[in-house]
Amino acid sequence: MTVTSRMFRIVMALALGCVFLAGIQKGLAARAAGDAPSKINITIDNFSFTPSSVTVAAGTTVTWINKDDVPHTVVSNDKTTFRSKALDTDEQFSYTFTKPGTYDYFCSVHPRMTGEIVVK
Amino acid sequence: MAKYIKENMNEDGVDRRGFLECMAWAGTGALCVLQGGVLNSFALGDVLRGKYGHVKGELSFVQISDSHIGFNKAANPDVTATLREAIAKVNALPTPPSFVLHTGDLTQLSKAEEFDTLAESLKSLKTDQIYYVPGEHDVLNDNGEMFHERFGKGTQGDGWYSFDQKGAHFIGLVNVLNLKAGGLGSLGPEQLEWIEKDVAHLKSSTPIVVFAHIPLWSVYPQWGWGTDDSEQALSYLKRFGSVTVLNGHIHQTMQKVEGNITFHTAMSTAFPQPAPGQAEGPGPMKVPSDKLRDLLGITDVNFLQHRHTLGIIDSSLSATGQEPSGD
Repeated sequence: MTVTSRMFRIVMALALGCVFLAGIQKGLAARAAGDAPSKINITIDNFSFTPSSVTVAAGTTVTWINKDDVPHTVVSNDKTTFRSKALDTDEQFSYTFTKPGTYDYFCSVHPRMTGEIVVK
Repeated sequence: MAKYIKENMNEDGVDRRGFLECMAWAGTGALCVLQGGVLNSFALGDVLRGKYGHVKGELSFVQISDSHIGFNKAANPDVTATLREAIAKVNALPTPPSFVLHTGDLTQLSKAEEFDTLAESLKSLKTDQIYYVPGEHDVLNDNGEMFHERFGKGTQGDGWYSFDQKGAHFIGLVNVLNLKAGGLGSLGPEQLEWIEKDVAHLKSSTPIVVFAHIPLWSVYPQWGWGTDDSEQALSYLKRFGSVTVLNGHIHQTMQKVEGNITFHTAMSTAFPQPAPGQAEGPGPMKVPSDKLRDLLGITDVNFLQHRHTLGIIDSSLSATGQEPSGD
């Protein structure tokens, strides 16, 4: 009867609402707990950045390590946001991404080498 | 015996098979002379002794490239030693070169001590003048300031310049600065404008030689072996009867003829690199140590016959002797 289906819908709405709220709260709690900022490594080898595209959370520190036997650089496309010096074999460069956005970069010595960091 | 990698050439009245056969001799000291679109080969020794009067050399110079002083990995742990061997080879040429061109990547990491070692080594080169253009390894951290200070005196803009020798016009270009993401070598609008003006007053019969580090033709774009705006530069040179483009960067010899323009790349004196697409990337290629000197070398260029024909001879560090046919 009407009572049953209406009550059912109310209960479902409430249930869904609770789940929804719980989800948000959990998310907020996680943030508030202060997740240790994550780190991620990108390898430079054979004239490529591997992985060439990564998605990270804001606050992540990305470290590029040159495993190639020629020097490379890590330079944001706008050439100002971040810019490493020339990295010889085994040298590395780190940058912490605080603002969300997509950061395209390349090697200024071998400009065909490109990569992107997507910060959420 | 020198090793060659040949690029397909355009059919333009030049006998293609003859050219390839002729060039295959080059490492043993033969000379390929282009006369009216037909190739004749002469033993270099005979030529330079004046046996063929009409092809007596009138201007000769040498191109060396990619010395990469400071490199010390497996492909060649001692690049200074192989540079010294290349210098000895130049000094042993039957005709001493009027000057030497170094088409860039003098150093591996643009370091002061690397430039020092290079300059010190080249002191034993028997020639009156050395002309340089930078490679991308020479301009790593300072936009080429140190290179410019040491080797770029009297140049224009970011380091381009021209000079005349025995009626031929030489143009040194810089295509390793201000590179853009995803791009190739770049000359830039200022340099292009300068090139147009620089050749404007020259007679079309003037032989032109252009030298720059990265190839000015599309050798293999996937590996960055090309220059984004070279077409425009070459358009200013279309009217000239003889244009030679000498490049480095790819660490192997490659040649292409397009109308009146001959493109040629030199071997490195430091380490070889793979042929296009034959490896994962264009980096230093390790070969058995007894093969290394087959793949490193110098390029000897001779202008002949009133400077309208020229012979380009690559010889590897391992090639012995320059006179295959005894006299």
